[in-house]
Amino acid sequence: MIDTKYTYAVARIRALETALFTSATLDQLMACQTEEQCLQLIQEKGWGGADTPVNAEAILTREQEKIWENIRDLGVDMSVFDVLSYPNMFHNLKAAIKDVCTEENGKSMNIYYDDTAISPDEMLEIVRSKDFSRLPKYMAGAAKEAYETLLHTRDGQLCDVIVDKAALEAIYAAGKEAKDSIIKDYAESTVAIADIKIAVRSQKTAKNLDFMKRAMAECESLSVAQLSKAAVSGIDAIVEYLSGTAYAEGGKAIAESMSAFERWCDNRMMQTMQPQKYQSFSVGPLVAYVLARENEIKTVRIILSGKRSGLSDDSIRERVREMYV
Amino acid sequence: MSQLGIVYALLGAALAVLLAGAGSSIGVGIAGQAAAGVVTEDPSKFAKVLIMQLLPGTQGIYGLLVGFITLSKIGLLGGGMLDLTPQQGLLVLAACLPIGIVGLISGKYQGMTSAAAIGIVAKKPEQFGKAMLFPAMVETYAILALLISILSVTNLSF
Repeated sequence: MIDTKYTYAVARIRALETALFTSATLDQLMACQTEEQCLQLIQEKGWGGADTPVNAEAILTREQEKIWENIRDLGVDMSVFDVLSYPNMFHNLKAAIKDVCTEENGKSMNIYYDDTAISPDEMLEIVRSKDFSRLPKYMAGAAKEAYETLLHTRDGQLCDVIVDKAALEAIYAAGKEAKDSIIKDYAESTVAIADIKIAVRSQKTAKNLDFMKRAMAECESLSVAQLSKAAVSGIDAIVEYLSGTAYAEGGKAIAESMSAFERWCDNRMMQTMQPQKYQSFSVGPLVAYVLARENEIKTVRIILSGKRSGLSDDSIRERVREMYV
Repeated sequence: MSQLGIVYALLGAALAVLLAGAGSSIGVGIAGQAAAGVVTEDPSKFAKVLIMQLLPGTQGIYGLLVGFITLSKIGLLGGGMLDLTPQQGLLVLAACLPIGIVGLISGKYQGMTSAAAIGIVAKKPEQFGKAMLFPAMVETYAILALLISILSVTNLSF
């Protein structure tokens, strides 16, 4: 029996999807000479609000807020979207641990994400009082470990690795438990792509096998052991290993350039979301819409900053992501 | 005991109206949710999605039609109610079942197809004609059931 509780929400998302940027819109944006012209164009497309100042960051922040305003407005159970906020939550955890350990005491509040289940202030308070049991179960252990590691070793990177891995594991565990296949797909893709990123970056910075094993999270579509072994022996070995997996395209992108690889990582997620365009009764299209909007905002940010710093059209185009619609 | 025939016959008429009507309510309800979703964002599509929403409403009308024919067949409407044997009553009941059951099932699924087709209208309003064909396909089977129910009820020889 198909559940019809998302019928209203999905239909509304379908109507909202018509406002998503297509590759043609991006071409228009690319054709603009200056950042100002770009901003004018996106404002004409309805970006920003009536009282948003004409500056890139303000408009993009407003758009980011609009995503969640729209989703909350649909009146669906928001717990499905929890997993999407994990990266931001774990980012806040990292920021809080560093703040406390370096005795900055929240002086750099602007590096926190506001829109999370645990507010930045609360997070800071938890880390300050070392009362990690107030954190969700999937966070508590890693938070304690990362805090102690940073306090004793002053190794910021190690602290990041511990928290990032916990984030990946939390996403993966949420995917395993989720009833909706979209969350499973999202979790699998996120973890696999993150593992590949770790492998590539570790290879570039000549990290050892232990470091990679510490950083990578297990997932179904990749073997962490094989991937990390490949990363130790070189970039070609990574490409070769990936060619035998579902991420062969990623291998080709690595061989091309780092920016092509970064672009592939985002494109791959959009490809994972593509089937949701044809779903009418599941939560999938809602999740896909959120990711599509985030991808869109990221792409516009890339174009705007490219125009601002006077990059050539070719090098901006190399970084432009595929759109959902 | 002599009343049992008419009870069966009335049960048939009731089932035709009840099941087909329930099917339509479910279908129109599902399609209506989708229609409301689209109109929230884009009120200009109201007319198009309203037509889509109404498509699963026909099963209820078919059920009503068979119900009427049955009632007049057994003489409940025009006065002079027939004195049916239980066997004859069961024949009427059997004749009413196709539109009842098919109406229920097809109403629900037509509603779901309508909701999906409303998604097409939301994104590509110019494809309205094509979008409408998909839920209309489901209608075929409700019409076939209606046909058999009407033929059976009208051709019963009493």
